[in-house]
Amino acid sequence: MAINWFKYSAPTTFYGLAGKLIPWFGISAAILFAVGLYIGFFVAPIDYQQGEFYRIIFIHVPASIISMFLYLIMAGYAALGLIFNTRLSSMMATAIAPTGALFAFISLWTGALWGKPMWGAWWVWDARLTSELILLFLYLGYIALHASIDEPRRADRAAALLAIVGSVNVPIIYFSVKWWNTLHQGSTIKFSGTSMHVAMQQAMFITLVACWLYAIAVILARVRSIILERERHTKWITELPEVK
Amino acid sequence: MKKESMFGLLLLVIRRDLMLAMRRRADVLTTLIFFVMVVSLFPLGVGPEMDMLRKMAPGVLWVAALLSSMLSLGRLFSADHLDGTLEQMMLAPQSLSMLVLGKMAAHWMVSGLPLVLMAPVLGIQFDMSAEALGILIVGLLLGTPILSMIGGIGAALTLGLRGGGVLLSLLVLPLCIPVLIFGTGAVEAVSTGLSVASHLSLLGALLVLALAFTPWVTAQALRISME
Repeated sequence: MAINWFKYSAPTTFYGLAGKLIPWFGISAAILFAVGLYIGFFVAPIDYQQGEFYRIIFIHVPASIISMFLYLIMAGYAALGLIFNTRLSSMMATAIAPTGALFAFISLWTGALWGKPMWGAWWVWDARLTSELILLFLYLGYIALHASIDEPRRADRAAALLAIVGSVNVPIIYFSVKWWNTLHQGSTIKFSGTSMHVAMQQAMFITLVACWLYAIAVILARVRSIILERERHTKWITELPEVK
Repeated sequence: MKKESMFGLLLLVIRRDLMLAMRRRADVLTTLIFFVMVVSLFPLGVGPEMDMLRKMAPGVLWVAALLSSMLSLGRLFSADHLDGTLEQMMLAPQSLSMLVLGKMAAHWMVSGLPLVLMAPVLGIQFDMSAEALGILIVGLLLGTPILSMIGGIGAALTLGLRGGGVLLSLLVLPLCIPVLIFGTGAVEAVSTGLSVASHLSLLGALLVLALAFTPWVTAQALRISME
């Protein structure tokens, strides 16, 4: 039997699928958050250098990682929408942007809370903080451009082009800012072994997965509302039980 | 034969845009006056200590150049868009990227080049050394065309939108950060005795990258905005 790989690339079918998936992602995100934060706050030992303060890492690091990946995923969907003219890809890109901006903001906020006891300042102009801030600006630019164009098709395509240009620029910005100044501690998780306690690693991994699941659940919920809004004049929407 | 005609087209567009700018000299002057004014506001804001001003000078001049180039970007396509010339240009059989490149070049000559020529006078106000001034000008010469070219993408994307000017700055400024970093980095390298070549080569590399890609991307953005 041939599988139709593109069955769920139509908003009509994807709407139902997303509705069925959201509770699964949402509930597992909640459980994993509880487990990860419990291990992080109560099981993981105190850091010999940073005391209790380091525990914010369990929020800060997953948020930073996800904010960066989401930009690339958003640009990928935007490119798909631009090249193949698929409606759902553009909707996905639009749905990802606010979540990405939120995670970038959380990352900056927790970074500031962490920086105060560690470096003695809420904000330092180091490479990673600055590039995360620029990433937030890129998200906001994408959202602002999309919001200021009334016609959805033009909005999708213009914002897609901006996202692609932005993603080409991200490495250039990252390296220029890195050469400009570096004060941030080096990454603790390296491909060749790690200097972290096992419980800390577990907690961070679990909260990272929880953040991903949360991000997916929220993005699916948002894409459902975008589908409803954009396709409100079609017949299948008017026949949906929740619309009737 | 074909190559020559492409080059001829480029010159034609540049000459046309320059002539249009010359007919409306006030627009050119406003950008320049804005640049001078922003730079002059800084000593008033932070105080007249020469040591601090000397340190701040490259950053202040670069940021002011960035802002004033944003100010003039709105005009890059809007006049041609309003009177329908842009539509005719897009229907023309010649390459739209080449036309766009010509418009970018003319925009730089009108709004970037005057800033570069004005910068030494303002630099002297900030008591910059002759060597630092020289590097600042080389950096601005390499960097301001990049600002015009990246800005072109933003101008094309925001064509005909309400609140386009502010939105344009919001889109373009983050993308211009590398230019700012390397431009000011070169001047700072002079005062700390480090090699200037690395910063200037990186600026040159960015200029080449921008030359290769931005006209095409801007042409695509125009197609999206005009359809």
